[in-house]
Amino acid sequence: MVDRRPLALRGLTTGFLAVWLIAALFPFAWTVWGSFKVEADFFSRESWWFAIEGTRTQAQTGGSFTLAGYEGAWIKNEFWKPVINTLIVTICVTCISLFVGTLGGYALARSGQRYAFWVLIAALVFRAMPHITLVSGYLLPFFQLNIWGVLPTTIIVLVAINQPFTLWMLHSFFLSIPKDLDESALVDGCTRFQAFRMVIMPVMWPGVVTTGLFSFLLAYNDFAVTSMLLSQDNQTMIPKIASFLGSIQNEGNVMYAVAAVVSATVPLFVLVLFFQRQIVSGLTAGAVKG
Amino acid sequence: MPHRTFFAFIFPSLLAMVLFITLPIFSVVAQSFFVEHDAILTTVENCGPFGCEAETKVDTEAMAKLRAEAPMGKFAGFSNYLNRNHLAVAEVSAIFSDNNGPRDIGARLMNLPFYRALAFTLAYCFFVTPLAMALGFAVALAVNTIPKLLRGPTIFVSLLPMIITPLVGSLILSWMFNPAGILGAGLQHLTGDPTLSLRASPALTWAVLLLYGVWTNGPFSFVVFYAGLQSVPQDTLESAKMDGATRWQAVRFVIIPHLMPLATFVALVQLMDNFRVFEPIVGFSAEANATSLSWLVYNDLVSQDSAQFGSAGATSVMTIIGVLILLAPVLLRTWRDFNRKVV
Repeated sequence: MVDRRPLALRGLTTGFLAVWLIAALFPFAWTVWGSFKVEADFFSRESWWFAIEGTRTQAQTGGSFTLAGYEGAWIKNEFWKPVINTLIVTICVTCISLFVGTLGGYALARSGQRYAFWVLIAALVFRAMPHITLVSGYLLPFFQLNIWGVLPTTIIVLVAINQPFTLWMLHSFFLSIPKDLDESALVDGCTRFQAFRMVIMPVMWPGVVTTGLFSFLLAYNDFAVTSMLLSQDNQTMIPKIASFLGSIQNEGNVMYAVAAVVSATVPLFVLVLFFQRQIVSGLTAGAVKG
Repeated sequence: MPHRTFFAFIFPSLLAMVLFITLPIFSVVAQSFFVEHDAILTTVENCGPFGCEAETKVDTEAMAKLRAEAPMGKFAGFSNYLNRNHLAVAEVSAIFSDNNGPRDIGARLMNLPFYRALAFTLAYCFFVTPLAMALGFAVALAVNTIPKLLRGPTIFVSLLPMIITPLVGSLILSWMFNPAGILGAGLQHLTGDPTLSLRASPALTWAVLLLYGVWTNGPFSFVVFYAGLQSVPQDTLESAKMDGATRWQAVRFVIIPHLMPLATFVALVQLMDNFRVFEPIVGFSAEANATSLSWLVYNDLVSQDSAQFGSAGATSVMTIIGVLILLAPVLLRTWRDFNRKVV
């Protein structure tokens, strides 16, 4: 197709798009680049050119790039511990959410009853609840039951907070699978559960992968729940970075935090790189964002 | 599907939601009616070589016993809701009975923590949502005109501000807006004001927070609208062009009506998400100039001496009421549609 748009409009579109792309990418590029410099360069009062050339970095360390920030974060401040906790939390939350969610989503998609509709509406209301208000409801009971501060509690709470969204998304994916498929399995003598497991699930994988991505993101990105429900030793990455910040700023080691932030960003970039199509399809499935 | 099978399938999910979403809401409501115990003071007489001195101190043993007996504190009725840190009934009526015009009312209301937080939360909701949707729509229209080969990388870059952890994203921007960071220093240079900084200027703090909101929310609208654009009926578009519609008219009368249902959905999701704005305040350390309802709850829970459960509960309940008010139009419409379907 020949582009028949007038030149001015074409210029305007391209220009606008360029500005947006720079706005979207530049903060990350700048921070990743700056994380290999010393503080006097990244936070340079004199000129931002210092951060690009690494003038002070050269003076202080001898090279234009330094790993001092990463060393400080990962080795001195043991950032690998929260990373392992994050790994445990996100993997468990994703698996349990999917297991519980596929069962529920399937039931909601296949039951034409009135109450199924109301469960979905209730889930919509639950999804809108600010997480921190729920957290303020957890703290006292969790202290009383003595289950505060450990990973399993946090995992279960994140699974529950995740459920409304997971149910909506999986429900809409199940709706797109023809009913005839499981009905013919039932006629052939399968139980409901067998039909679900052996006939429906094999064709549901794209939907499950997409929903899993969003469950992962929710657990990974959470700050409200993990910062309030985990004790110091069990903290995951994001609350660790927040608590880091206060203590480090006093010591003049902001670059440790910058390095930690970049470390926490990289997995997300990789995720988008590999699963871009699933993320886009998930957002557009007529479902709800996480 | 038989009732029994339905409940067997949905039971784990329902149990999780009842235990960790419904019950906490009740627990929050209950908490909001209690306040922390008063400190029990005992007077101890210290007798030294120079006579006796009476000293008052907190009786920790009695306090611990009292806390174990009644962990929620002592019943306080609605006082948590009405005190200065929440609805501030006495202060508000004082402001309205004696003031120097609407500007004065506004300024004095903004000194009350709850109204300050409410004002920012609502401003964030109702500025960021439409602006982010407009940005997303514009980006979607622009991406739709570029060659297919370039679209993948463009979408990749556009997704980044949305996928980023809110706390991390706001930290990254806050470092750039630091007076010694690239944008902060640039702003000082541009305005010629060497003291301009987020900390010093409430207006700049608000502007940067709203900017962050648009930046991080725009991509969601973009992705949804971009997908919607792929399904715009081409023949309607062609015939509109045939009838002499300009580009703008084609957008206005064909594309926008086609995207309208999607826009309602996006607006709903974004309003819900923006109402709980919280991480940016922590990330930008903006609490001196801007707070939100969620941040107030957080601040009560992490407060230095002991968590203020009563106060956090009262703010939480009012936040939940706010969410319900926000959702009311949607719920009402669903209710009406549903009843119509049944009849």
